[in-house]
Amino acid sequence: MATELTIPDRAAHAAGAAQEFFPEKMSLSMGPSHPSTHGVLRLQLELDGEVLTKCDPVIGYLHRGDEKIAENMTYNQFVPYTDRLDYLAPLANNMAYAIAVERLVKLEVPARCQAIRVLTAEMARISSHLMGLGAFGLDVGAWTVLVHSLNQREHLYKLFEELTGARFTTSYTRIGGVARDVPEGWLGRVGAFCDQFLPALEEILSLLTRNKIFLDRTAGVGVITRADAIAYGLTGPNLRGSGVSLDLRKDRPYSGYEQYEFDVPVGTKGDSYDRYLCRGEEMRQSVRIVRQIIGNFPGGDWYAKDARKIFAPPKDKILTSMEELIQNFMLVTEGPQLPAGEVYFEAENPKGILGFYVVSKGGGVPWRLKIRAPSFCNLSILPKLCVGCMISDVVAILGSLDFVMGECDR
Amino acid sequence: MSDFFFNLPVIVQGFLKGLAVICVIFPIAGICSMAERKIAAWIQDRPGPNRAIVPWIAWIPFFGTFLQRLGLFHVMADGGKMLFKEDSLPGHVKKFYFVLAPILAMIPALTTVTVVPFGAYLGATGQIVPLGLAPLDIGILAVFAVASLGVYSLILAGWASNSKYPFLGSVRASAQLISYELAMTLSVIPVFLWINAPGREATLGFARVVEFQSQAGFWGGTWFGFLMPVSAFIFLVALFAETNRTPFDTIESEADLVGSFHTEYGAFKWGLFFVAEYSHMIVGSAVFILLFFGGWNPLPWVPLATAVGWLHHLTGWAFTVHPLFVGVCSIAILLVKVLGMLFLFMWVRWTVPRFRYDQVMKLGWQRLLPLAIANLIFYALAIAFLQK
Repeated sequence: MATELTIPDRAAHAAGAAQEFFPEKMSLSMGPSHPSTHGVLRLQLELDGEVLTKCDPVIGYLHRGDEKIAENMTYNQFVPYTDRLDYLAPLANNMAYAIAVERLVKLEVPARCQAIRVLTAEMARISSHLMGLGAFGLDVGAWTVLVHSLNQREHLYKLFEELTGARFTTSYTRIGGVARDVPEGWLGRVGAFCDQFLPALEEILSLLTRNKIFLDRTAGVGVITRADAIAYGLTGPNLRGSGVSLDLRKDRPYSGYEQYEFDVPVGTKGDSYDRYLCRGEEMRQSVRIVRQIIGNFPGGDWYAKDARKIFAPPKDKILTSMEELIQNFMLVTEGPQLPAGEVYFEAENPKGILGFYVVSKGGGVPWRLKIRAPSFCNLSILPKLCVGCMISDVVAILGSLDFVMGECDR
Repeated sequence: MSDFFFNLPVIVQGFLKGLAVICVIFPIAGICSMAERKIAAWIQDRPGPNRAIVPWIAWIPFFGTFLQRLGLFHVMADGGKMLFKEDSLPGHVKKFYFVLAPILAMIPALTTVTVVPFGAYLGATGQIVPLGLAPLDIGILAVFAVASLGVYSLILAGWASNSKYPFLGSVRASAQLISYELAMTLSVIPVFLWINAPGREATLGFARVVEFQSQAGFWGGTWFGFLMPVSAFIFLVALFAETNRTPFDTIESEADLVGSFHTEYGAFKWGLFFVAEYSHMIVGSAVFILLFFGGWNPLPWVPLATAVGWLHHLTGWAFTVHPLFVGVCSIAILLVKVLGMLFLFMWVRWTVPRFRYDQVMKLGWQRLLPLAIANLIFYALAIAFLQK
């Protein structure tokens, strides 16, 4: 049977001709090893000239199976793995994880322990935002911002090292407390850091905030509307940059955040510049919280003394007393003993809301542990955000979203 | 000694002068990379390169450690590395053009030097004779013509690399460099309108421009930078764009295009691009200073001859009016000014972010070009009015 031939209509013919003239779009693989994809994010881009027509994030290059690993170790043994989620703010991760597990036991840690945790989490927030700010600057071509912010992070790292013994992977919290009390004079040094940090921060920000080139590169670029930000589940500065005032430290306070006075900065337009401004202001607010804690540092115990099956007894007791020795032995071999049940706890981390969903069937090992990683959710908006931008905008957008692949891929 | 030099055949003289200039340009380009790193470190509040040292120099008590902290040996190690590491040729490139591109990058960068005068000496009758390799009458035209050939090397490098990031970079390069040449060329025309008064032999050479800026008297000694600030500004901005420096380094913006046109290059071929970029900067700065900031005249309204006269008057030493001394003085003054310009380049680079590619184009076509045309019309009318 012969097929019926028809005369093609004009529009179809023109479309065909255009197809012939611009035959194909260029595909470009950005990452996983690319200077501006901050780790191992890979973007499969489709380009029309320099303008993006499609952006496909490919993730998973740093997947380590953290959630599965958690099922094979005791609760305390998983603390070092939380360091490696958002490795720019390990102390905040440590705290979120510890509180999640403690919620399962309904254990309330003493005021001093809470204060130490909040203090370290806020310092981690400063450290993380500094890195985000520096990397953002680097992405739009301002090297000096990066180096100056790294310089400030170095001060923080020295303080972390003194407190926890490690600069980077701190593993500071334990279920029911922290690894050790604050050293002698350490709080004074934190205060001294705050005093020199605020002017230094203003100096760093002054390199960008009113810089015409920086404004051209970021203002109006990567605009996330309020509705989009909520629909895509963005959290942290990326959500607040779009004008949604959601901060769990205020809305659902944990670990004593309700005692401290601080403001939650929100943006107006939701563009990259607003997200930058939010991070800058959040650092100032963190300093405010840190100063309040130092000014009114609670005394007393720094771990939950009554939680016998959760937290290890003091070392001198272990060496001299049979009861404590057995208790310590059981804790190390079996892990902290938790009741059966499940709990979901989320904390306001530097990058957004970090949630831990812990299911226990009793004993010292979680049956299931699910991590809600803020970077993973924040990156989900990329395909929508990047279409119509230029390649250089993608870099600016990535910088402004401030993600960490360790957390996204976990 | 100078008589011996002038008695040599012209070709040998030219050869020797060319060799001398290359011997100056190359080390300056090398020192530039050291200065770049040290200035970056200075701006960024860190020590910068200060480790490498050769043992027997480390034994020199004070000077050795000074050189070490200056980072001088890092430059030498870098140069040695570029020379000796494997000069790999990736399998997917178009080999002939891939090798040709860095050569093409070097040629215009070194050729432009020939027409740029870099000093002057007092002639037999006390007049100032410019010192250069080829004192061409078409000086500025030759510079523009040859320097604009540099874009071919970038296009060729990007194209021959047969890879996507270099390709994008070279497309950007071709658009950006050509756009800014327009504004740059238009910005210098007022200068040449000004100096080519009717009745004089017309010239586009640099010698006359500097001569004009070294006249005695208030108006004579005024540098064109003060007389035509808009021209100087446009030229400076276009110079930043032409030499791919921040904030206009969209061509090799490592944040989005990785390494742009030299992504696939390594070892000495990459080194040639590197030296070519610095040579462009050096020559561009020299041209800017010759045109707008008095060339080898030490200060505005103080021409070289006057300054030498003062020195002779003050000290009474006879050698201060010797042609050789004046020549060395003029070269030194120009060199100091060029180094100052290079410092400006680096200062800007380590302070500001970079534009996006389309913003660079917009700035070039919508801001600088109309401004340059308006500036040209203004000075053309002003000159016509003044001469009437």
